[in-house]
Amino acid sequence: MTRHLLELAIQAKHFNRHRVIDQLDFQLERGQIASLVGPSGCGKSTLLRIVAGLDTAYQGDVRINGQPPRLHSREVGFIFQEPRLLPWLTVAENVGFDGGKAGARDPRVLELLAEVGLSAFAHSYPKQLSGGMAQRAAIARGLFTQPALLLLDEPFSAVDAFTRMRLQDLLLSIAARHQTTLLLVTHDVNEAAYLSDRVIVMASRPGRISGEVEVTLPRPRDRRDPELARHEAAILALLDDADTGFSDPEKLAVNELPLEFSRLLFAV
Amino acid sequence: MTEMTQNSFAARELVETPSTVLRAAWSRKALGLIVPALGLVLWETGVRQGWVSAHLLPPPSELASTLSDLGASGALLEHIGVSSLRVAAGFGIGAALALLVGAAVGLSRRTEALLDPSFQALRAIPSLAWVPLLLLWMGIDESPKITLIAIGVFFPVYLNFVSGIHNVDRKLVEVGDIHGLTGWRLIARIFLPASLPNLFTGLSLAWMFLVAAELIAATRGLGYLLTDGRETGRADLVIVAIVVLALLGKASDSLLRALEQRLLHWRDVFDSRQA
Repeated sequence: MTRHLLELAIQAKHFNRHRVIDQLDFQLERGQIASLVGPSGCGKSTLLRIVAGLDTAYQGDVRINGQPPRLHSREVGFIFQEPRLLPWLTVAENVGFDGGKAGARDPRVLELLAEVGLSAFAHSYPKQLSGGMAQRAAIARGLFTQPALLLLDEPFSAVDAFTRMRLQDLLLSIAARHQTTLLLVTHDVNEAAYLSDRVIVMASRPGRISGEVEVTLPRPRDRRDPELARHEAAILALLDDADTGFSDPEKLAVNELPLEFSRLLFAV
Repeated sequence: MTEMTQNSFAARELVETPSTVLRAAWSRKALGLIVPALGLVLWETGVRQGWVSAHLLPPPSELASTLSDLGASGALLEHIGVSSLRVAAGFGIGAALALLVGAAVGLSRRTEALLDPSFQALRAIPSLAWVPLLLLWMGIDESPKITLIAIGVFFPVYLNFVSGIHNVDRKLVEVGDIHGLTGWRLIARIFLPASLPNLFTGLSLAWMFLVAAELIAATRGLGYLLTDGRETGRADLVIVAIVVLALLGKASDSLLRALEQRLLHWRDVFDSRQA
């Protein structure tokens, strides 16, 4: 199989005449785990929405398994920053949402709930779940269609640090078992290095790729591994190069200050 | 943060065992009966002492015998049945149309631009103003009554549904998008359940319009009982009809509330009735 699972070549994407993405090219192999990191406003979430088919107004070419992105593609699953469980459905009904009315009775639902440790909560409503549990249910829902490519938009940013570590390990084990390709957007350099085979670092205004760090460490990885820290440093260095401050078009003045001074501003 | 609040709620649930909660609920309900009971006693003694004419304000004991007479002859049951059927038909038709139009208007900007101004204008007409026109058009049988109730129910349900659709969390709609839901499937699986809390209105209005419709032209029904009592100078009949109407309104309200509890138990809202 020579074809990449995801081939992405976006020339430009505009929001109200602001160019938010400029010339983004990368490919993903099957089974790879890739992270997109970058300052807020670099278009990484927009990129994810384009791949998911939620956003179609862009110039360029995106192919998933050779097909352009479309909604409700069996190939692609999406996990949002918040769990976004439908509050009027039980956990099982949420997980099997894609299967329509009979979805909740699909045997896969129980398998997935067991995998994310929520078997006992199949008939609970989302309001009864903690944040971490709800996000686990959301992961199960994202996997229900057995997608080849799972897109995750800062999936663990709303949970506490311990829950986050547990969810990260859960995600890795599930991805390995289902041989799912992951494309993950995150703010967390730690998370990116720990989870990914490749970390694609983006710069903002307009969003573009400023570099890539390959993490070739074998799994399971040790969070305290100095090698991991070395990779994190490499990512941070790329982010630093890319960092042009909060260069809102209206607030360019900050950007024009000497670098040291503008750093000081942010420290305050 | 939400986790913390949930924990504190859970802690309170542990303290309040079901039986203490139930007992507290009953004693609260008993509290509400004190004022009506005192009122009845005062009313009965007032009429018996001759403070008020029994002709204008029959005492509760007389009302009770009127009620039991009506009940025994089966007339009361017939009136209730006729009225309830009218309310059910009017509410059903009005609410169904409101859901249909509301979905069309709520989901398409173009339909909204086309229809909404007209409905807003029609809404400004006091519903009772339709009565003469409906009588002219439809005569005095069932159809004008049911139509009036349907009109009265249509607007609140329509407005609540449209605003419910507009207020549905965009993030949940995106979940529907991701799963490829469009058109009526999106309505049925995202918009309708999400805006359901807004739809439980309108039934009490249905009773109001029923009375209006039956007061004007009817030979059966509780509104007719009211008119009949006035024309024959029998205040007891009028009061009995009012009491029965109140009970029916309350009953349908409770029915709807029970339905609401069943359908909306997923809602994560703070229930002030438990506090």
